[in-house]
Formats: sequence, structure tokens, C-alpha cells
Amino acid sequence: MIEYLAEVNLTHHQSDITPEERQKLFDFLNSLGQHCSREQSDLIPILQGAQSRIGYLPAEAMLGIAEYLGIPEIDVYSVATFYNQFRLNPPGKHSIRVCLGTACHIGGGHIILDAWKRRLGIDKKQTTPDREFDLDTVACVGCCAMAPVTVIDSTEVHGKVSPTRVDGLLLGYKLQKEKEASA
Amino acid sequence: MNSGPALAFEKRKALAESRWKELFQQPRILVGTATCGRAAGGLEVLKTIREELKKAGQSIPVMEVGCMGHCYAEPLVVISKPDSDYAPIVYGYVTPEIARLLVRDSILGDDPSLEFMLGALEANEALPSLTDLPRFRYEKPVLLENCGRIDPEDVDQYIANGGYAGLDKALEMKPQDVIELVRKAGLKGRGGAGFSTVVKWETCRNSAETPKYLICNGDEGDPGAFMDRAILESDPHSVIEGMIIAAYAIGAGLGYIYVRAEYPLAVERVRHALRQAEDSNLLGKNILGSGFSFTIRLFEGSGAFVCGEETALIASIEGKPGLPRHRPPFPATKGLFGKPTIINNVKTLASVSRIVSRGLGWYSSLGINDHSSGTAVFALAGKVVNTGLTEVPMGTSLRQVIFEVGGGIPKGKKFKAVQIGGPSGGCLPESTLDLPIDFDSLTEAGAMMGSGGMVVLDEDDCMVDVARFFLEFTQNESCGKCTLCRLGTRQMLEILQSIAQGKAMAGDLKVLAELARDVKAASLCNLGKTAPNPILTTLRYFEEEYEAHIKEGRCPARRCPDLMAYYIIPEKCERSCDACVGTCTVEAIYVGQKRVKVIDQAKCVKCGTCVPACPPQYNAIVKISPLSELPEALPALKAKG
Repeated sequence: MIEYLAEVNLTHHQSDITPEERQKLFDFLNSLGQHCSREQSDLIPILQGAQSRIGYLPAEAMLGIAEYLGIPEIDVYSVATFYNQFRLNPPGKHSIRVCLGTACHIGGGHIILDAWKRRLGIDKKQTTPDREFDLDTVACVGCCAMAPVTVIDSTEVHGKVSPTRVDGLLLGYKLQKEKEASA
Repeated sequence: MNSGPALAFEKRKALAESRWKELFQQPRILVGTATCGRAAGGLEVLKTIREELKKAGQSIPVMEVGCMGHCYAEPLVVISKPDSDYAPIVYGYVTPEIARLLVRDSILGDDPSLEFMLGALEANEALPSLTDLPRFRYEKPVLLENCGRIDPEDVDQYIANGGYAGLDKALEMKPQDVIELVRKAGLKGRGGAGFSTVVKWETCRNSAETPKYLICNGDEGDPGAFMDRAILESDPHSVIEGMIIAAYAIGAGLGYIYVRAEYPLAVERVRHALRQAEDSNLLGKNILGSGFSFTIRLFEGSGAFVCGEETALIASIEGKPGLPRHRPPFPATKGLFGKPTIINNVKTLASVSRIVSRGLGWYSSLGINDHSSGTAVFALAGKVVNTGLTEVPMGTSLRQVIFEVGGGIPKGKKFKAVQIGGPSGGCLPESTLDLPIDFDSLTEAGAMMGSGGMVVLDEDDCMVDVARFFLEFTQNESCGKCTLCRLGTRQMLEILQSIAQGKAMAGDLKVLAELARDVKAASLCNLGKTAPNPILTTLRYFEEEYEAHIKEGRCPARRCPDLMAYYIIPEKCERSCDACVGTCTVEAIYVGQKRVKVIDQAKCVKCGTCVPACPPQYNAIVKISPLSELPEALPALKAKG
């Protein structure tokens, strides 16, 4: 069913899909038939499923999904690029999301974003070269009472963040990594 | 008519009630673990309590509940011991350390630990209760009444508190009578626009086309609003019940509940609740034996503000980019897959459950008149003491909500404005605070109810900056279909940026106001039509602030980074103290002559971390605007400014 993976001409685009990610994509596409119909209305849930398994939407995934649903590739691409949730480049090990809702803005959310940018050395929507962290903003996580808020790995919510707290959080990850390395 | 289903539900209800009563006969602990609770460390508190109880060999039930509205005091813990002399007590600002003490002293021991108490849960004779707080005089929890009090993952707790009784009642009525009841209640859509709910319902019901669809809009993309999240996380069944009733009224067989993917906990809780409702035959085929069948699918939105707009939301369920389209045809006649579709907000549907179960008389007694019945739920955030959720009857004034319920402005600062309704709303000044809250009065003042986000601003907030913030948001989120929305918002944003940088020219305000009117007139959907509101209201009420930026290069609130600087007053600096040097995250503060600390303005990123670090008895760090007022020691920066 998914012979197209071999046909995709990788010279046409820059793709750094790893063999492991390719395997995940292969398994995901193979599992689709069991619980998904082939309607365009399944496109967003399928993209969400692919992203949650692979971590992002490599070009191969979009091509495969277009073929599975029997819709033009451009339709998949236009949906994937329209919504904020989808990312086309690989995520870091940890995903940093800085909330920039109104309450967070009033409470200095942009200052917190600056602090993350400075410390990680990347801009928003980018991943650190060691693939350890990626950084992005979110319109509002609905946690305004605790502004400014940063969400790490989509479930770990940190309220009342300050630039020094950013340093503290990063130090925590650094220590953890050192511990893992020495163990 | 049909005695079968009623009997079955009665039995279920009796069972749920006896379970609920049983729960009250033993000690129990509630921990608030909605997103706000989690952000404040609620999960650690929960873990600590469970561990401590395990260590002590006790099996007292620890329940995870949603948001009680007192988000400012999270994490919250409620301890209830029926055999003690005290009513259930709510503890606020609980840390793992305090949790350990609570387990030792209050749960296992007999000391109620009143020093950590926020208040008793209910009115009683021995202790001050939450209902004694001044805000209780104004609050009227209806949609929020279960939030933080029941376990959102236990359908029986919802049933024991009156849940699904509305559905049971509705199924014995004719669909037309359900519509009639909601019409008489005067229910208006709670998503923001305030359109009559039954007018939509009736159009859909009367359409000959089938199938019909019902969609619950839980997209809540407004920055500053979190009431839908709180309801979905804390009381998901009330929304599901409302959906089933609405589907029955309009004759829909399939429904979607559209929840933002940014709300992972809400998604999880709704998914769980849907499964439970299906297992209990409250959802699915032949509901409660009535012959009516209805299925709900959970759809995770993928983060586009414009999808709050109904036609865009429909496009996204269909698997397309969320572009709104022209109306008519309205979704009620041609919606999802071209079929009649009703889209209602989370709060609208939660209201439906209550109206049907409690009846017309009860609902009409809330609110002020036929135009604005019921209650309004607000998310209070920003510069206000008691941040969190509140629900007040329509007609309550803004002043009462901000100063009585919200407890006023913290740190003795002065109130400046309140931003209502997110990017579609506006900023209202002090002079409008006595307006009664209803759909019409807010629109008249230039704002709108919107989704109910209320962000309070104080003297440190710059209105130009607030307008710029919203424009940046709408410009980012514009789907690009309409030229004026796509390019007009960009142009307006550029003007606002140049004002905030002190680079604007005299004629810019006029251009800004003209553009605002044009974008309003020529956009297809409400995102574009309301995008200029933040500009129009700030221009209307705070024009002098714009003027100060343009003419004097001064930001009166000392907020716009290009027009202000932090400065350490040499005379006030305590020379032996290094607090500010240590906290500066970019090493911009150095020790100057005679050990006086100096900020290197070229390095300073204006994050303000140093200000609270300076001990209050010295209070040496100030903000200065315009830059020309910086002391002579900094000629380079002044040249730049």
C-alpha cells in the first residue's frame, strides 16, 4: 500500500528524516486503514496523529497522507501550513511554548520569550542545533491567572515565570542531562 | 408519554445520589488539578498527599477536581471530615510542605490548620466561609456551580448533583416544546455575539434537508479567556448534556465537540466523559430508551483563531484550511458537508442543560430583562487581586466585578482600563465602569461581551502597547482571504509600531482611524470586522497617550521599550549591596565609581528583573521616559534615542 515511499524523490527537497522516523511513519500509515475512513474530513485528525507519532510533519508524511486520502498533495500542504499546531521541522527533545495571551503580555510574556531566545540562541519556531529544545509561542493556554506562563512538553505548565526562572529551568535540564550522561 | 426511560434514569439517579451521600459520610480530600491548579503546582500537592497517606497506611479517597474559580489562591485543597466539629475547609496557596502538614495535622490529626485556611466551603457557624467573602454578594454560580466540587471524571457525581435530569425531562417533551422553552428563557449565544439561540435552532429544525449536525464550539482562541477551558475540564458532562438536548431539539444525529488542541487536559476530560456517557446510555443509540439516537465525535482544533468563526470552523472539520465564507447561506441551512448545522458555544450548551432541568421561572429570575437573561461568566486576569473565574448575573456593573469580586488593583496602583472581549473587544476607562454588563451596553461603549475575557490594566500599562499587542495578534491570525483584513491590519500594526518606537508622524493617527473604519467595513467575518476595535476604543478614550508618544517621544506608562530606560539613582544606591548585579540576566549592571551600581544601557534588555531585586528600603531603580530625561552620564544613548 505504501510503495510510494520508495518513489519519493528525495533530491527535490531538503529532508532530514531519520531512519527511525521513517519507520514510525511507515507504521503509522499502515495502521490508518484500521480506524480511519478515506474522507478529506479525516485529514486534520490524521495529520495530528502523524505529528504526535513522528514529532513533526516531514514532506514524506504529507505525501503519504495525500496518497492515502486520494487528494492532491497541495491540499495536505495548505492545511498543514494554515494551522499553528503543525510543524514541518523536527522538534527538540523538549518543546518550550511561551504563552503570549493578553494577560501574559501585560505580565511581561514578551520579556520571557526574549529570555528563552537569548538563552537558547534560537528564534521562535526554531530548534537548537543539538535538537535538545525547540521554541515557539502560543496565542493563549488559558491559564491567565498565572501569567506569564511557559508550557514545556505540552503538559508541564509553569506559571509566574521570570527571566531568572528561565535560567533555573534550563539549569534543571542541564543537570538532568549530566546525570543521565554519567549514569 | 413513555414511562420506560424515566424509570431507568430514576434508578440510575437514586444510585448516584446514594453513592454521593456515602462519599460525604467518610473523610475525603479534594485537590484542584485544572490547568490553573497544575500551573501553580497542584499535581505535586496531589502526589504529596497520596504519598503521605500511603505512608500512614490510610486509604482516604483523594479526588481530583476542576477549577473553583479562585485561581489566585491555587493550588487549592479541600478537606472534609464528617466526624469533626468543622465544616469542609478550603486551603489555599498549598505547597507540598503545607500538604504534608495538612495530612499530619488535619487529616490524620484533629488540628484544622486554620493558618492555611482560605475559608470553609459552605456557610456554617464555627468558621468564616468562602460565602462570607464580599464577592459572594455579587456572584451567582450557575454554569460554574459544579466546577471544583465534583470529580469531572465521574458521571455519577454529576448525576447526583442534578445532572442529566434536564436530558431526561427533554426526552419526554416534544422537540418543538424544548425549542419553545429555550425561546421563552431568552437564551442568547454565549460565544460573544449574543445572537438568539432558538432562532438558529428553529431554522435548522425546519429545514427539510437531512442529516443535520450539531457542533459545540470549544475553540476559545481569545487570548485572555479561559472559561470554556475551565468548564470543559471541570464539568464536561454539563456541556455534553446540553449538546444532546440541543440535538434532540433540532433533530441532529451526529455532533462534534470542537476543542482546541492547546487544551490537552480539556480534550482528555471530554474524551473520558463521552465514553462514560456512552456506557451509561446517555449518549449513543436509543438514549435512555427514548428512541432518540445521537453520537458525539471529539474534534481537536489545530490552532487557528479564525476557526472560532462558525464557517471557518466547519471548513476545518471538513479537512480544509479554516477560511470563513460569506453568509448567507447560514450554517443553520447549509453548514457542515452542505447540510443544516448548528454551532453553539460551550457556555450556551451548558446553559441549555440548566434551563431544561430547572425550568423557566428559575432562569428568568437571573439577569435583568428579556434582552439579557441569565448570567455572564468572566475570566478575570491582569492587574487584579483575585484573578480567576467568576459568574455574575447580567446587569452587574463592571466596577462591582473588578473591585468587589476581583478585589481591585494590587500593589496600591491606580486602575487605568479594562480590556473586555479579547481582540474583538475594546478597552474601557474608569468613566464607563458603572455600566451594567449586558450585550447592548458594552457594544455601545465600544467594546463587546466577546467571549468574556476581562483583563484589567493599571497605570503601568500603555494603551498604545495594548492596541499594538492585539493588532499583532489579529494580523498574525488573519486568514488572508479579505484584502483589507490581510493588508489593512498589517498597515495599522506598522503605524502602531512606529508610534511605540517614537517614530510616528503627526498625520498617522488620522490614517490609523481611517484604516480602522475601512477594515471594519470591508471584512467578511467577525475577526476582520472587529480587529480595529482595540484601536478605536483606545483612540476614543486615551488619545492623549498616543499624542505623548508621537509629540514628546514619551510613554506615559513607561512601558514601550524604545521610549524608556531603567536607571539607578546614584544617591539612593546602597553601595555595599550587589543584589541587582547578581539578578541581571544579561550582565548589564556593573559596579561604577565609589561602588555605585550603573546600568549599561547598551546591554540592558529592559526586562525589569532588577527592580524587585533592589531592596525596598533603597528603591534605587526607576524607569525614565522620555529618554531625553536620562541624566547626562549617558550621552551615547540619548543620541540614539
